[in-house]
Amino acid sequence: MSISEILFYFLSVLAIGSALMVVISRNPVHSVLWLIVTFFAISGHYIMMNAQFLGIVNLIVYAGAIMVLFLFVIMLMNLNAETEPKKNKWLRMAGIVAGGCLLLVLVAALKDAEVKNSMVQLKDGEIGLIKQLGSVLFTEYVVPFEISSVLFLSAMVGTVVIGKKGD
Amino acid sequence: MNIEYYIVLSIALFCIGIAGVLTRRNAIIIFMCIELMLNAVNLLLVAFSKMHHLKGVAANPNAGIDGQLFVFFIMVVAAAEVSVGLAIIVMMYRNVHSVDVNFLNRLKH
Repeated sequence: MSISEILFYFLSVLAIGSALMVVISRNPVHSVLWLIVTFFAISGHYIMMNAQFLGIVNLIVYAGAIMVLFLFVIMLMNLNAETEPKKNKWLRMAGIVAGGCLLLVLVAALKDAEVKNSMVQLKDGEIGLIKQLGSVLFTEYVVPFEISSVLFLSAMVGTVVIGKKGD
Repeated sequence: MNIEYYIVLSIALFCIGIAGVLTRRNAIIIFMCIELMLNAVNLLLVAFSKMHHLKGVAANPNAGIDGQLFVFFIMVVAAAEVSVGLAIIVMMYRNVHSVDVNFLNRLKH
C-alpha cells in the first residue's frame, strides 16, 4: 500500500468516524467540535488532490467562521446535554434505516457505472492552484462572481433585519 | 486513487448527514448535518474535477476546473445560508425559548 492509499484510508476513517460522532453526540458543543474534525479531514482530502485553494478556503470559511458562528449561537442559548430532547426510539430507528437504505441504493446504482476504472489525479495538477482558478473565475465566471457578492449583501441585510429586536 | 473510493466516501458522508437530519430534534444539529451533506457533495465535485483533468489535460490544460469553481460557489451559498438560518433560529429561540423542532412545527403559537 503506497503512502497515498494509507493517507486516503486514514482521512476517510477520520471523516466518517467524526461525522458519526456529530450525529450521535448528546451535547451540542461536542457535535460542533466533531464537525470541525470532519472539516479538517475533508480539507486533508482536498490537499491530497492538490486542490490547495479549496482546502485552505474550506478550513478558513467552514471551520473558522461558520463553526464559530454555530458555537456562538449554542452558547447564547446555553444548551447542554441535560436539556437535549430525544425523539421517540422508533422514529430514530426509522431515520437510521432510511439513511442506510439510501446508502445502499446509491452504492448499488453506482456499482455498474462507466466511471468505475477512472483514476483521480492525486498530488499533481495545476487546476487546483489559485493562479488557474483565478484566471478562469475572473474571465468565464465573472457574472456569477458578481452575483454572489449581491447574494452576500442580501444575506447580511436579511440577517440584520431578522435579528432586530422590537418591531 | 480510483474514483469509486471517493464516490463511496462521499455517499457515506451524505447518508450520515441525512440520518442526522431525520434523527435529531435540535434545530442547530439538523443545520450542522445539512452542512455535512454540502461538504460531502463538495468532496465529490473536487474528485470528479481531478478525474476529468486527468482525462482531458492533453486537449485543454484547464480541463475539469469547473468542478472546483462550482465548489467555491457552493461555499459562498452555504455561508450566506448559515447566517440567515442561524438568525431565524435565534429569533425563534427568543420567542418560544426552545430549539426543539417538534415544538416549532406550528406556525402560530
